[in-house]
Amino acid sequence: MEYLELFFKSIFIDNMVFATFLGMCSYLAVSKKVSTAVGLGAAVIFVLLVTVPLNWLLDQYILRPGALAWLGEDFAAYDLSFLSFIMFIATIATMVQLVEIIVEKFSPSLYNSLGIFLPLIAVNCAILGGSLFMQSREIATLGLATVYGLGSGIGWFLAILAIAAIREKIRYSNVPAPLRGLGITFIITGLMAIGFMSFGGMLTGGDEEVKETAKEVALQLPQTEKIENNETKTLN
Amino acid sequence: MGLLSKKDTKLILDPLADNNPITIQVLGICSALAITAQLKASIVMSISVLFVLGVGNVVISLIRNIIPSKIRIIVQLTVVAALVIIVDLVLKAFAYELSKELSVFVGLIITNCIIMGRFEAFALGNGPWRSFLDGIGNAAGYGVILIIVGFFRELLGSGTLMGVKVLGDPIEKTGLYGFGYENNGFMLLSPMALIVVGLIIWVQRSRNKALIED
Repeated sequence: MEYLELFFKSIFIDNMVFATFLGMCSYLAVSKKVSTAVGLGAAVIFVLLVTVPLNWLLDQYILRPGALAWLGEDFAAYDLSFLSFIMFIATIATMVQLVEIIVEKFSPSLYNSLGIFLPLIAVNCAILGGSLFMQSREIATLGLATVYGLGSGIGWFLAILAIAAIREKIRYSNVPAPLRGLGITFIITGLMAIGFMSFGGMLTGGDEEVKETAKEVALQLPQTEKIENNETKTLN
Repeated sequence: MGLLSKKDTKLILDPLADNNPITIQVLGICSALAITAQLKASIVMSISVLFVLGVGNVVISLIRNIIPSKIRIIVQLTVVAALVIIVDLVLKAFAYELSKELSVFVGLIITNCIIMGRFEAFALGNGPWRSFLDGIGNAAGYGVILIIVGFFRELLGSGTLMGVKVLGDPIEKTGLYGFGYENNGFMLLSPMALIVVGLIIWVQRSRNKALIED
């Protein structure tokens, strides 16, 4: 359940593009055609899926305060968290290069469709952002980190797919000349982001309300019914 | 202008308007949008990028002849990451509140495409002095847009500038609020940043027809 919740949360509520504006540069530059957008989106999903868990391990066992305790008690006092930027970006850059080499070797056809986007991805803020958010939100287990990476990737994929489809159609619309191209893309993205904000209460909002009303009722009602209330609460 | 030849001034002034990194080259959008709800954060972000891009361009330009071109991206990322760590630690030491607010976006300067873009496009092919000017110019162009967006979002969204209540007090109904003016809380939400940048692009391109895309 926890996994499913985080998965949907990272796709819709904390969507990389619409909630935090990560990966905007490639989002705007590569969204002119649906086919290329799909290629880049797939590459982003894949790289996020690999680098977020990897950086989670790195954070857990090397970087965070006291993480080096597994080496012995002398090391427990070290705090290497100031190195996290450089470690994360190094992991990402090497992983991207590695993935590129492997794909080129074993699947030339996949390389042809996906390969050109891989160097672009090393400097995509969405990838580094995924790792940094993973660190600052203190995601607890390796499994959750993997799910988070996958969900964020899929969210980004959906966003670029949607904007590419809209941009293909908007070519036939009568947009004011100075707004053509970049300007209208910005404004559409803004409107889409407003739409995505409506997902905000999907997982948390309703739950909180139920708890509050239950508490109020418990205060007003006599003893016997209070117990019933508690039972329903534990059931929840 | 003994120090700067005509060509050099062009390097600085061009990115401010007709070759602006955000509105024309489409670089470095991510951070431009996420942290502009307040003017103060936008200014700090601009200064950080100015530092990283200015120094980074010089460093890359100095070592451009020794970097093997195959691994140049990793080398560039390492240089930027080192500079960003400096910025992050300085912010944490002297402006802790603000660095909490900027959270991961300080780290994301590393992948700010302006920086990689200028390294690739300019610093790898030019001397240190000219690279420095190019870095300063582009960072300033980036900063200008950030500050404009931050200015409007904070003014219209919360009625303050740098935390000072310029439009009067909304609770005691002084200043503009006395006439029934209300803050537009929508401006503080992130989607409005996109729309404000879109409007800036609109204004800029209708003033300079040469920039219009077809």
